[in-house]
Amino acid sequence: MSSWTQSELPALAFEDRMATAEFRVAPEAHIVVDGDGCRGCSTKACITACPAGLFVPTSDGGILFSYEQCFECGTCYLVCNEGGAITWRYPEGGAGVVYRRS
Amino acid sequence: MAEPLPVPDRRFDVVVVGAGPAGSAAALSVARSGLSVCLLERGPFPGSKNLYGGVVYAGVLDGLVPRWREEAPLERMVTRRATMVLTDTQSLSIDFRSTAWGEEPYNGATALRPRFDAWFAAKAEEAGAVLVPSTTATALLRSHSAAVSGVTTDRPGGDLSAGVVIACDGVNSLLAKEAGCAPVADPAHYSLGVKEVLAFSPEEIEKRFALPPGEGADFEVLGGTGGVAGGGFVYTNSDTVSVGLVLSLPSLTESKRRPEELLERFKAHPAIAPFVAGGELLEYGAHLIPEGGLAMMPKLATDGMVVAGDAAGMCLAAGIWLEGVNFAIASGEAAGEAAVEALARGDVSETALRLAYASRLEAGFVLADHRRLRAAPGLVLSERLQHHYPQIVCNLAEQLLTVTNPLPKQGFVRLTRNELRRSGVRWRDVVRDAWATVRTFG
Repeated sequence: MSSWTQSELPALAFEDRMATAEFRVAPEAHIVVDGDGCRGCSTKACITACPAGLFVPTSDGGILFSYEQCFECGTCYLVCNEGGAITWRYPEGGAGVVYRRS
Repeated sequence: MAEPLPVPDRRFDVVVVGAGPAGSAAALSVARSGLSVCLLERGPFPGSKNLYGGVVYAGVLDGLVPRWREEAPLERMVTRRATMVLTDTQSLSIDFRSTAWGEEPYNGATALRPRFDAWFAAKAEEAGAVLVPSTTATALLRSHSAAVSGVTTDRPGGDLSAGVVIACDGVNSLLAKEAGCAPVADPAHYSLGVKEVLAFSPEEIEKRFALPPGEGADFEVLGGTGGVAGGGFVYTNSDTVSVGLVLSLPSLTESKRRPEELLERFKAHPAIAPFVAGGELLEYGAHLIPEGGLAMMPKLATDGMVVAGDAAGMCLAAGIWLEGVNFAIASGEAAGEAAVEALARGDVSETALRLAYASRLEAGFVLADHRRLRAAPGLVLSERLQHHYPQIVCNLAEQLLTVTNPLPKQGFVRLTRNELRRSGVRWRDVVRDAWATVRTFG
């Protein structure tokens, strides 16, 4: 029974997981990340906490962000350690995530 | 959105922002009074942005939509509720069933928000509210005296003026922040909910959860979150099972674990896997939950505007009680009535709105429950309740139920003493927590 932590289930690829939700991509990003601010950040909590995995560390210590598959949950700006590095608003009307089964 | 607003008149008595349960309840109560009301929704349809823990306790709808039990798109009436405590290798459940919950007036029902919220918003429309989907309110309009007097939308020429704005724009409420009603958000007051919706046939669901046809189950789980403060849930819809975790943001951040990895781990636990294994993933999603209770509640009114639902932190995450939609509906209805009363008196000042709104919230369960359970979030997320007590009660159960022949059985008190010693929890902490629990829930 102790083996459950190393799940033997076939792992679902993260891209396949994200592909189950519908996203209507707006032409413009609704979240803007100030990459310079991120370079000095000691926690970079957004990388692990964002449920959509949209924050990716770059080799020069910055953050690469993409908005297309955003759940619009708000976790990133709340866990951000660099005040103001994330400018957060909602996507334009009709765009963004569309839940159908939740 | 390139097209102008599809409304000929840009002036309403009330503009409600957000067509979730709070917004639709507000719009419905305003429309019934005969005033004009516009219900804005940024999603393509009401409910399209919404995700929750599965159960609607809609007795609160009796006043607004008396026939909701026949009309609302409900999945299953919940007749089985279990609270489970997990450790890495054990589980202990309190499993309650009631045939009464399967009959009128029922208790809770599972519902899918994209359907339930769309149905409820249509009720507001039938009553005369003008529902405008696919439209984001981007800012507040202010009168010369700086009172809120409407909203700007992202449609061309999309300013809507209003006697009163009701902000039901959800847990991140940008309007409450802009109006100065909400202080700087404290991450400790928020939890991240992540959820999977898995496909099963109705018969398979009834077999796995041991349910009569059409009835539903709702399990709440303490532990199993990989040490992150929070909990889990599993519940049944008509032909899907939803499984998810609720993760306190500071604890999640500190753990450096990925939410979906924690969820996969939870699903693989031997006490959870039998209910969810093998189901095809239909939809994965995430949403924040305002879990701070009374401590995070914003200022409920300002000149020309009131705040309701998740935007006002009106969501109860207190251990055995996990409720939100009912608080949203009740607060939205109260906000709508308060707006109508203030407009009738010709005074939409902060004082007038707050008095009209708060008196209604005070008369019902919304503020009473939040006040009574104000200590619950801290208690439920405490280190001892999250980590030590699940291990202690599961170990106690295991030792009580393991036959140790030829050694004689040990008494409960001695076993408890040994367990506490092993865990490092002191008796006086147990007594203190027990007293806090009685004070909070008693």
